[in-house]
Amino acid sequence: MEMTRRELLAKSGKFILLTSAAATAWEYVLAGKAEAAPNYDMTKHWWAMVIDIEKCIGCGNCVRACEAENDVPPGYFRTWVERYHVDDWDLEHPQVDSPNGAHDGFPERYKSGGKTFFVPKLCNHCADSPCVQVCPVGATFHTPDGVVLVDQKYCLGCRYCIQACPYGCRFLNPRTNTADKCTLCYHRITKGLTTACCEACPTQARVLADLKNPKDPVHEFLRTHSVQVLKPHMATGAKVFYKNLDGSVR
Amino acid sequence: MHTLLPGVEGYMYPNEIELQWSVLIVLYPYITGLVAGAFILASLERVFKVEAVKPTYRLALLVALAFLLVAPLPLQLHLGHPERSLEMYLTPHRSSAMAMFGFVYLWYLMIVLLMEIWLDYRKNIVEWAESATGVRKWIYRLLTLGSRNVTPAALRIDDRVGYFITLIGIPSAFLLHGYVGFIFGSVKANPWWSTPLMPVVFIFSAMVSGIAAVLLLYMLASKLRGTRIDMRCVDTIARYLLYTFIIDFSLEMLDLIHRLYEADESLRALDFMVHTKLYFSQVILQIFLGTLLPIALLGLTQIAKLSEKARRLIYTTSGCLTLVSILAMRWNVVIGGQLFSKSFLGYTTYKMGFATREGLLPALALLVLPCIILYVLVKLLPPWPENEEQSLARFGRL
Amino acid sequence: MKEFLRNSEHLLRVVFLLVLGLTAFLLIRWAVVPPEFGKYGHFRPAALDDIRARQVKFAGHQTCEGCHTDVAEEKNKGKHAGVNCEACHGPLARHAEDPGSLLPQLPDTAVLCARCHEANAGKPKSFPQVVTADHSAGLACKTCHQPHTPKIGG
Repeated sequence: MEMTRRELLAKSGKFILLTSAAATAWEYVLAGKAEAAPNYDMTKHWWAMVIDIEKCIGCGNCVRACEAENDVPPGYFRTWVERYHVDDWDLEHPQVDSPNGAHDGFPERYKSGGKTFFVPKLCNHCADSPCVQVCPVGATFHTPDGVVLVDQKYCLGCRYCIQACPYGCRFLNPRTNTADKCTLCYHRITKGLTTACCEACPTQARVLADLKNPKDPVHEFLRTHSVQVLKPHMATGAKVFYKNLDGSVR
Repeated sequence: MHTLLPGVEGYMYPNEIELQWSVLIVLYPYITGLVAGAFILASLERVFKVEAVKPTYRLALLVALAFLLVAPLPLQLHLGHPERSLEMYLTPHRSSAMAMFGFVYLWYLMIVLLMEIWLDYRKNIVEWAESATGVRKWIYRLLTLGSRNVTPAALRIDDRVGYFITLIGIPSAFLLHGYVGFIFGSVKANPWWSTPLMPVVFIFSAMVSGIAAVLLLYMLASKLRGTRIDMRCVDTIARYLLYTFIIDFSLEMLDLIHRLYEADESLRALDFMVHTKLYFSQVILQIFLGTLLPIALLGLTQIAKLSEKARRLIYTTSGCLTLVSILAMRWNVVIGGQLFSKSFLGYTTYKMGFATREGLLPALALLVLPCIILYVLVKLLPPWPENEEQSLARFGRL
Repeated sequence: MKEFLRNSEHLLRVVFLLVLGLTAFLLIRWAVVPPEFGKYGHFRPAALDDIRARQVKFAGHQTCEGCHTDVAEEKNKGKHAGVNCEACHGPLARHAEDPGSLLPQLPDTAVLCARCHEANAGKPKSFPQVVTADHSAGLACKTCHQPHTPKIGG
């Protein structure tokens, strides 16, 4: 049966509209009511992390723990560790590697000369994150307690946020076809636990911090040490603070 | 070790190795660019009273419509959850250029393009609703929206409203494609994209591609229909193509010179990329074959007195080179922006599939589809100013 | 005026269609957009609940130490005081919840210990590290070292 252009347009338009509407509505029906964390007041916390470069031994425990805790698909990384090797004064040309995100540690490589160190990386949970700014639908957002999260049921998978992140911490999860990244183990920290990566770190190089808690040791730490954030010129309000981050780190 | 990863040189952040935006996202600015460019050409006649290009007025509008209808398709194919795409209209995030673009697209499609076409064709549609037979009759009757109001007074109102719509259509076309440029240009994380020049470069390269497309389609259609090509018309169009191309090229060179001079931290990585991974698509295809050669050829027609045949050959060649060039430009921006690491220490490779969801085959299909739609539109709403009786006779037979 | 309306009645039909479309859109929006969207920001508040409801896999050392007080006491005296239980024993929240349902597998020390203690130029010089091939000639670390108090002789 031949259809007029206008008829075809109108019919297709209605079909697309109603199917999308129905699909979206159905997902909410299926979602149900999830178990909320009792007694957790979002306004009383402001989450951050402190990473001490001098303590990191590149064992990769954090990467493996995160994968176990959050079902991260292999080949994608919510957190990873980079190894930097800097020869003498040439900060602009470090040699960097991260074999499988340091999931299985680092094979020995730089036997002598220069300076070699490890840099764990994860989502910086920026206070002024460019990723939240560009999300077209509100699938990625700031929580009132300072964590940047992705709504897996709302994300379109357009990947704009992945492009907008200066730190490379986002990826498209092939299982959900949505954007994915470190959640600062939101499901743990809202229950009084620490993140999986901090729990698994053998040297306490990574430590979760609650900036709104006056008793948190982070305040003393920030007062008495020099700290840096990654790519400060991007002015993202990054909340992962590194102690003794070398100038060569990208 | 990273050196063992296929296609990766140097260091890439682990999540950067796979490209996020594929050839479909290359197609999207290309297609919307053709829309904006074709519309600007149409507006030359309507608003700026360039009489010479009148033979292509209606054709340009139909070209714009055919491509605008296809524009959302590469996006839908690319999305992880296309069924959720309505969310962009239901809960648009006002800080997101992508979300706001959804409304610009809708505005442009409905209020500008469809209205302008409808108003320009309305008298013919009413006539055809009377004279056509079969299913066509019902199509035209539907298109009249139930109104047979074609008195001179009504048509005068149509003309006034149409003029007004074209008038706001021009900034709307700029907004349509400028927004796409802004979607890239506003990403501070990516130094290949992040420049205030991006929306402007996109607009001008869009105009170049749209004008070239209409030029080629007009010449092709005339050849297929066996009618004479209005040389005054194509000479004028080619002149506008030349002027726009010169502006476009200047803007791109300005961006390049600026980068080379300031030599910020990203330059070495980007420079290396242009000389290696993007050498063919950027230096050979976009700049030399795609910009300098067409400009030289078109410039030749302005300086020397050439025969009609020679001019037609140059216009055809330049037109084709231009279309390839602007596609290469979109490729260089979208794919190029993802080939280097944001650590500026490495590069990856784009692995384009063939018969996959975001592969070459759907990309080619999406380039062919607008041509098919255009064919249908041209049969339904013939844009030829002369031979209207012939067209009606052809309808009766079909 | 009447004349003008009569001449532009076709335009009024277009306006009518647009209004119809807008109404349909608003109806769909009212029906489909999740309730309370925008309560804490431009997102769906139920997403917070979805994320918080995820299963916890690592119990956390405080939970382990709640039952295994003897091991905790011993460990806290030695060099591995700062190494949490699950850093070596893996995620054990299921075991903490129902000890019988998941018995932790003891890790192979030849592999496990090397992850941290294999000599590597990137590791801080003060961190204890050995080239295991030279140090133990293939013997499992447990042969000489007790993992909870690794220092030999105390």
